Amino acid sequence: MKTRKVGTLAIVCRDCLAKEEWTENDLGSFLVKITLFIPCFIDQYYPGAGIGMVKILEKLGHTVEYPESQTCCGQPAFNSGYWDEARSVAETMLDAFRDAEVVVGCSGSCGAMLKVFYPELFHGQPREAEAKALAAKTHELSSFLVNVLGVGDLGASFAAKATFHDGCHGLRELGIKREPRELLRHVRGLELVEMREAETCCGFGGTFSVKFPEISTAMGEGKCASILETGAELVISNDSSCLMQIQGLADRQGHKIKSMHLAEVLAHF
Amino acid sequence: MSSESVQFHRDADRLTHDLRHRAWIQKALGGYYVKRDEQKAKYTDWQQARATAAAAKYEAVNHLDKYLVELSDKLAARGTKVFWAADGAEAAEYIASVARDAGVKRIIKSKTMTGEEIHLPQALEKAGLEVVESDLGEFIVQLRGEPPYHIVFPSMHLTRGEIDETFQKKLGSAHADTPEELTMIARDVMRQKYCQADMGISGANFAVAETGHISITENEGNARLSTSLPKVLVSIVGIEKVVPKLDDLATLLPMLATAGAAQNMTCYNTLLGGPRQPGETDGPLEFHVVLLDNRRTALLADPEQRDALHCIRCGACLNVCPIFKNIGGHSYGTTYQGPIGSVITPHLRGLQSWKHLSFSSSLCGACGETCPVKIDLHHHLLQNRRNAIAQKPVWWEMPIFAGFAWFMRRPALYRFAAPMLRLFEPVMRAIRGMDIDPASMWTRTRDLPPVPQQSFKEYWRARHAKR
Repeated sequence: MKTRKVGTLAIVCRDCLAKEEWTENDLGSFLVKITLFIPCFIDQYYPGAGIGMVKILEKLGHTVEYPESQTCCGQPAFNSGYWDEARSVAETMLDAFRDAEVVVGCSGSCGAMLKVFYPELFHGQPREAEAKALAAKTHELSSFLVNVLGVGDLGASFAAKATFHDGCHGLRELGIKREPRELLRHVRGLELVEMREAETCCGFGGTFSVKFPEISTAMGEGKCASILETGAELVISNDSSCLMQIQGLADRQGHKIKSMHLAEVLAHF
Repeated sequence: MSSESVQFHRDADRLTHDLRHRAWIQKALGGYYVKRDEQKAKYTDWQQARATAAAAKYEAVNHLDKYLVELSDKLAARGTKVFWAADGAEAAEYIASVARDAGVKRIIKSKTMTGEEIHLPQALEKAGLEVVESDLGEFIVQLRGEPPYHIVFPSMHLTRGEIDETFQKKLGSAHADTPEELTMIARDVMRQKYCQADMGISGANFAVAETGHISITENEGNARLSTSLPKVLVSIVGIEKVVPKLDDLATLLPMLATAGAAQNMTCYNTLLGGPRQPGETDGPLEFHVVLLDNRRTALLADPEQRDALHCIRCGACLNVCPIFKNIGGHSYGTTYQGPIGSVITPHLRGLQSWKHLSFSSSLCGACGETCPVKIDLHHHLLQNRRNAIAQKPVWWEMPIFAGFAWFMRRPALYRFAAPMLRLFEPVMRAIRGMDIDPASMWTRTRDLPPVPQQSFKEYWRARHAKR
């Protein structure tokens, strides 16, 4: 096993001899040392999504690492306007991922925090270069699988009629729309149906959900109605925070909606 | 909490529980989405068109000094009087004085959000003048004594029945059922007013520096009548409405129609070049253009959010905003509702009084994605939040976020979060939704997920212990 640099990635590959110059297009066939980014609420409330991610990446033959010093990306403080506090938390993450070659996370929202908002948060600050470096090497799971590793079929089977909810940050900050659908299309037994206004926010929005609970709840009700209209028994998303909102509201209102993170569905081999 | 914030919370909470309102707005906008997408599909490349439109506005907004002078000179060359108003009071005073000097009694007014912004109709009525709105939607909300509900669709919240009721009560008209009948009732009243009015007031969709034209786009023909029949005409123009070239309208007018009203082009597009010229037989004898600042230059001074001055007031960001759709236009308590209003109102009317609008967003980004002139709307909401807190932190939030940061900086301590959550879960369940529940703002309407037996960190440790 040898390591080669390809773009920003340090690639661990079985056979490094064949070519002198590689591009990112060659990555699909290589084995990568992956550092997991597990956001705090996934760690605390939805470990299944993280475990699913471990299973998927190891099945593909990659090495998975998890720096235990990671806590929270700092988004709650950032979105609330407390950027100094957010930055001090973000520094913990810069430290945790300093030696990582490639960072893969299972939340579009927290992924966007690292990838899009860290460079802004650290703009003109001493650790700006580190923040930019972390942003460059961070990927959301479905985007990493499809766009970096070139994987579509993970060999998963899951019998259900399901609909996919696009988390706003994954969709609009990271531009992820096709990738999770591409992965779900290959899941045996899964019937994927599109809901009306799939791209409309579920109403979570982090601290917004508790600062403006009435508006947040009304938005969630609209989302639940869209899901129920499809007749799907399962809603899948690449963002557990949206699912917490949708499931929490569905349970309270007695709707028969079951939610699962994309990684959990894909890890059903 | 500012009084504006108290009003917002109260009205927003009421409207979110109004299921009839929610269904009505959903229905009204459902048709818009379909038609808008049809119109967008006619563009070879909508994204390229957005970039071109944004570039034209960028050029104008970043060289206002040049283009406003050019506009003013070109207007003056054909006999238009240009007045530079620093704020709403100056603008209203000037327009009232023009009316006084010309012996004006009755004013017919076409739609102008800039006029709404400075409460121009109210100021002129106070000066003893009759002001009648000629845009049908504006006419209806004027009769009801309400502000416009939406930048483009002022009365979209009203059903046909409610409009009929308003007409019967305010105009003494007979019961009418169809949109055609209702329009005829309004038209009968308005035709009289057009003929009687001795002053017309309009806004401007664009002001072309190159040629000195005020561009107005509309669907009812009312603006054309309001600006051509009365002997005195005043157009009130926000300084950000200037565009460099006449050619810019070739991009901007169809985009405004597409994004704003889901139309290829609006029905009536008028260019006002000046008062009646020698040898001409019709048109106003006097034409006054009021160029209004009203703190737009303060927004211009903010390099981060300057692009908010690109806004062409199409209302597209309102139409896709899940907040707007649930709380409705009136809850904002502002002239400009929806995302654009939440971004610019703090700049125009004070950050501390209006910061709550920037916090009242899930930051979903649907607004920025749809904006035809590419204003980075939802990121500006984040910047407003940061600026508001940097200026004046909220006393009870400060210790929370300081504590949050202190805790999250200590991975060794964070490890105890999972066992603590498990320990307290039975208590949290018992007090769920009660006043003493620290998570009550969540749990009053939603369940919390069960705390798993093992956090990811614990799973990882166990896995490594096995190896």
